[in-house]
Amino acid sequence: MFYREAGDFRTTYAEDQQTFPIKFDRYRYYLVLFIAICVIPFVINDYWANSLLLPFLIYAIAAIGLNILVGYCGQVSLGTGGFMAVGAYACYKLMTAMPDVSMFIHVLLAGAITAAVGVLFGLPSLRIKGFYLAVATLAAQFFLVWLFNRFPWFYNYSASGQINAPERDVFGIVITGPNAEAWATYAFCLIFTIVSAIVARNLTRGSVGRKWMAIRDMDIAAEIIGVNPLRAKLTAFAVSSFFIGVSGALFFSIYLGAVEVGEAFGIQKSFLVLFMIIIGGLGSIFGSFAGAAFLVLLPVLLKVVGVDWLGWPTDIVAHLQLVIVGALIVLFLVAEPHGIAQLWRVAKEKLRLWPFPH
Amino acid sequence: MTYKLGTLAVAGLMAASPVMADLVFPSLSYRTGPYAAGGIPFADGYADYFTMLNERDGGIGGVKTSVPECETAYNTEKGVECYESLKDSGGLVYQPLSTGITYQLIPKTTADDIPMHTMGYGRTSAANGAVFTHTFNYPANYWNGASGAINYLLAENGGDLNGKKISLVYHNSAYGKEPIRTLQELSKKHGFEFTEVPVDHPGQEQKSQWLQIRRDKPDYVIMYGWGVMNQVAVQEAANIRFPMENFIGIWWSGSENDVLAAGAAADGYKALTFHGVGSDFPVFDDIQTYVVDKGLAAGAGDQIGTVLYNRGLYAAMLAAEAAKTAQEIHGTADITPAMMRDGMEALKITEEKMTELGLPNFGPTFDVSCSNHGGTGLVGVTQWDATAKEWKLISDFAPTDMDVIGPLIEEDSAAYAAENNIEPSCG
Repeated sequence: MFYREAGDFRTTYAEDQQTFPIKFDRYRYYLVLFIAICVIPFVINDYWANSLLLPFLIYAIAAIGLNILVGYCGQVSLGTGGFMAVGAYACYKLMTAMPDVSMFIHVLLAGAITAAVGVLFGLPSLRIKGFYLAVATLAAQFFLVWLFNRFPWFYNYSASGQINAPERDVFGIVITGPNAEAWATYAFCLIFTIVSAIVARNLTRGSVGRKWMAIRDMDIAAEIIGVNPLRAKLTAFAVSSFFIGVSGALFFSIYLGAVEVGEAFGIQKSFLVLFMIIIGGLGSIFGSFAGAAFLVLLPVLLKVVGVDWLGWPTDIVAHLQLVIVGALIVLFLVAEPHGIAQLWRVAKEKLRLWPFPH
Repeated sequence: MTYKLGTLAVAGLMAASPVMADLVFPSLSYRTGPYAAGGIPFADGYADYFTMLNERDGGIGGVKTSVPECETAYNTEKGVECYESLKDSGGLVYQPLSTGITYQLIPKTTADDIPMHTMGYGRTSAANGAVFTHTFNYPANYWNGASGAINYLLAENGGDLNGKKISLVYHNSAYGKEPIRTLQELSKKHGFEFTEVPVDHPGQEQKSQWLQIRRDKPDYVIMYGWGVMNQVAVQEAANIRFPMENFIGIWWSGSENDVLAAGAAADGYKALTFHGVGSDFPVFDDIQTYVVDKGLAAGAGDQIGTVLYNRGLYAAMLAAEAAKTAQEIHGTADITPAMMRDGMEALKITEEKMTELGLPNFGPTFDVSCSNHGGTGLVGVTQWDATAKEWKLISDFAPTDMDVIGPLIEEDSAAYAAENNIEPSCG
């Protein structure tokens, strides 16, 4: 019924290889983009932006980044929080050192700096694998947080060790600080999210992505067929860290505005992003979005239902939140170990055959 | 994607249900997470005082109060979510009870024209109201605390700390780092040797820190801790047999939760305070009659009279008095957050007022003004009696060294003003 290929003719290779080859899928994708770009900025308010959309968009970038490393290249990383901190602190130093430069450039540079740091911490991946690599990246997590706490240069010698985003603009529109309009911050993050997703999608289906996947599936076999593991692993670390750095920069400058490294970029952040991609689906760009939505929006939804609708005490709702989100994670993983992305794929397959499943 | 939009639509619909016409005092509480032991009594005290005002006086100036709660779990991201979701309800004053969330909300509240009261926490230099127009931290701040501790030690040592060693055990976060500068200045002034001992969040593991203290043998230890860190520190201090009477905590390290776990070993531990302890005040009779007996007590109702409950109650009392002041200034009972700000800036707490409210000698007397959002900074010292299981005020509210703190506040607020292009003014 839906997702029918019948009558959907493709006459060129380009059409055959597009991301959404089925017409219905493609229109749905255009519709989502249309709503995100042309509708939401006009109806958005502070609550929607700061409580739901900004964290969702920013975590989606982080999840895409981590998914490239873990889902596509098979290198388990627990250093996401640390790398986000690198992005945030790089952005802070750049913002304060060069106030007149556009925020776009600062965020991209912050991503580039994080990529360099990521490559540095990716070097051990050439020798160590699996759980051992997870431990090595865990060391990066703790080292980076310690570093930003220990050396006052990183937080410009402020008395409390906090970093605060000063007011900066893009083409005259204020996007950081308290006077930024909700639509401006949203639009700024949306641009980064869309571009990240498109870049990631095209990297992962091209030759670079195929090399990553070859390494993930069996690194010795990959080496035999001519994939250079050094290059493949380090590019994965670089690209992944770049996205994570961008998300860290946005997380600090646009979303929170003031950050304390231990609290905002602790080990919980690494786990949170890892859970996002596991629940969303390893090795899937859509999965990164689905996972981010699941872990960012569900707790807010539960809170709104419990406290605002049912009028329950806040502590009971907060505890229930943990129980329900935890139970759903287990349920999801039992029902579909490949995450929400796989559920979505199965659902599409079923809809394609519906109403005649045989 | 479609799934995401559906969720958004539902969440958005539900977020828009404000309760109007009440005087709203939002409570960003944390009854869960690693700092819940401190968050629960504070939130209970804050809510109970307003419930009492509603039941006894019919609210403030004839308008009922309401205290919507939002759970932050001491987490800054949830704090932002809470602030945004409560903003539309017309909250008059925010009290986040977290230094991290405070830093986030200082610029936001200023832009939204809503006052924030960070009583004994937050950014210390917010005492300079010319720069921090919407942030108040009366009656005392972290630097008053640091100076109060040193003053107390000076008095104990006959006015001379020369050659003494003092260590600071602190929560390695914005909160814990606040007093360092002040203590460094004071060490220069009084000639004591100052060492810093950071403890990382959440502070359950402090073996190495206390090993260092055992090796350094400081004469006194000052602690800026919160949550489980306090209990562990008191226990570890007992384990290395550090004399408890030489161990002084800031007011966030001086509640029952922090010392009960260590049992008799915690006897003699001291903590600073800026308000009275115990439930021996007339207002508690009203709380009993109008709140507890009617079954309206917040939470489990088992926290009444504890140190942090009293602090929540004190915060509520100051907020209610500021609201009354605002009602007088603007001649209307239905005040807005902007009017509330004016009320806070004109707040005067006198002994007569406190007696009238059933809280005689509960806290220091102070006046707030535009240039001084920090009050007088009077700090008292309490001591834990492990056999009676109660805190006792052993030193009256005494002035702190404003010669040292004043210039530091000037310097830090000037840096903030320069960073954010604020023109300091008291017009």
